[in-house]
Amino acid sequence: MATETERLVSSSPTPPGPIRETWRYFRQNPGAVGGLITIGIIILLAILADAISPHSPVAIHDDAFLRPPFWEEGGSLTYILGTDAIGRDMLSRLIHGTRYSLLIGSVVVTISLIGGVVVGLIAGFFRGATEILIMRFMDIVLTMPGLLLAIVIVAILGPGIINAVISVAIVYLPFFVRVTRAAVIGELVKDYVTASRVNGASTARLMFLTILPNCLAPLIVQATLSFSAAILDAAALGFLGLGAQAPTPEWGTMLADAREFVLRAWWVVTLPGLAILITVLAFNLMGDGLRDALDPRLKR
Amino acid sequence: MAQVAPPADCKKQMLRFIFTRLTLIIPTFIGITLLAFLLVHSVPGDPIEVMAGERGVSAARHAQLLHDYGFDRPLYIQYLVYIEHVVSGDLGLSLITHSPVIEEFRQLFPATIELSLSAMLFAILLGLPAGIIAAVRRNSIFDHGVMGVSLTGYSMPIFWWGLLLIIFFSNTLDWTPVSGRIGAEYDVEPVTGFLLIDSLFSDDEGAFASAVSHLILPMVVLGTIPLAVIARMTRSSMLEVLGEDYIRTARAKGLAPIWVICVHALRNALIPVVTVIGLYIGSLFAGAILTETIFSWPGVGKWLVEAINRRDYPVLQGGVMLIGTVVMIVNLTVDVLYGFINPRIRHTR
Repeated sequence: MATETERLVSSSPTPPGPIRETWRYFRQNPGAVGGLITIGIIILLAILADAISPHSPVAIHDDAFLRPPFWEEGGSLTYILGTDAIGRDMLSRLIHGTRYSLLIGSVVVTISLIGGVVVGLIAGFFRGATEILIMRFMDIVLTMPGLLLAIVIVAILGPGIINAVISVAIVYLPFFVRVTRAAVIGELVKDYVTASRVNGASTARLMFLTILPNCLAPLIVQATLSFSAAILDAAALGFLGLGAQAPTPEWGTMLADAREFVLRAWWVVTLPGLAILITVLAFNLMGDGLRDALDPRLKR
Repeated sequence: MAQVAPPADCKKQMLRFIFTRLTLIIPTFIGITLLAFLLVHSVPGDPIEVMAGERGVSAARHAQLLHDYGFDRPLYIQYLVYIEHVVSGDLGLSLITHSPVIEEFRQLFPATIELSLSAMLFAILLGLPAGIIAAVRRNSIFDHGVMGVSLTGYSMPIFWWGLLLIIFFSNTLDWTPVSGRIGAEYDVEPVTGFLLIDSLFSDDEGAFASAVSHLILPMVVLGTIPLAVIARMTRSSMLEVLGEDYIRTARAKGLAPIWVICVHALRNALIPVVTVIGLYIGSLFAGAILTETIFSWPGVGKWLVEAINRRDYPVLQGGVMLIGTVVMIVNLTVDVLYGFINPRIRHTR
């Protein structure tokens, strides 16, 4: 009996690596795969924007103000999705908008991820007064509603796309701090950390090389979900006139410019918002799928 | 299973729980005032130049004003003076209207509360049943529909959603007005500040209907994200509870399915949902900034955005401080109430 078990154990295939295993779960979720494909298309559009846009996103066509999309009366194939109030091609602006949204999302997530991980590692590692001070400060920041805080920071720094990105990054930083700290505290008590410590690993090595890689799963999920939230918030700031400034083809800013034509030209209002919705939805779908795949315990 | 007696120090634990929550008020309040204070002091150029705007001031007048406002004193003294003013309820005068900031806030805040509470009510009344039915009929078309719609709602740029609803309901169907709180022809005396209540008791016939028709679209827009979150949360929480042993026992006893779902399951499933509702009340005030701007709803959100555009710094400073404080109080109240309804929270050691 015992030999039989031994034979079975030794002959069983090696367990799949973490990435393969995650992918196996992820693949079973059609929504998540759909989100991933959509994101792939958006990235392609952003890379190829100059090559595939029929017109320049900022070129003004004096002869074509508020032209409707081609299938409506008065529309033409020259401007497939119509033009805005000063005669810029909607399709080209929408395609170029992908660059801004992806850029905003990645920069925000990078800043708040790096900042949050470092602060969270310090809080989780050193505990005591340092931890209390850091976490109380994060609690205070979290008390302020995100958008209000972002508005205040932009009001301080002045409107513009860079300041909008910085302010949204500050808003999301505390979430990463919390996630990192919780993961670090969970890992610190495990044997491999003690072993590494006994082996004489330095604090920095323990923090970044021993513990951090094991805290990645919740951070990846948080990063994906923050990506979509950052795109939404930055677009909201653009809509309020505090983010990217005209003539930048950022979707939120385009919506702000289109507001006065809401009753006359549906396409200048509908299309940029649809672009935001699709992008955010794709990231949320992928984030949900990743969360389920990385942590089956959380499966809803 | 043996009956677990409630611990003797139950009351003491509850008091300690409330106390630790309350001790958060002071540092949070200091944080909020510091943020509001730094807001005006970090603006490029000095505050006198900002107040003077494009007109500019002479050098002598500039120095005089700096001294008058106390801007030449050390920063921490200025902060202490500011705190002293805040505590005595003096938030300065608006640079544009020259009326006290706190007075403007008091007049506009009921509109924001009315909008936020109706949005939350809308979200709860629709989200709870949707979540429950989706959980009970798991994997049905209804379930997939609710999950799909709520994920879309959760990803919705609400400023765009508002514009879409205006295009459809106000422009195409001509059902609802585009902006404001009530038709211009009605003159309702503001007794409570809540137009729904005031118009109901006013002598003007049709005033209430007008107030309701103005409220509907902003309410739907502001309620969309909480609705999506509540529906998702209710569903997942119900699914978890429905798998518990005591539900099987209740079913095995031969209780009516509706009784099992509405009484046995729902009571326990509601606990996480209530937390989410509580957490969202605070962020509704922030969401109101966008909604009020789109629908020209005369609340504090629109007031803040206008203050930013007009560089009305006292209003911005006071408004941020007041909204931050209100959200802080709401969050803490929710926390403490949550401790009452969910004993598990205060018993965790």
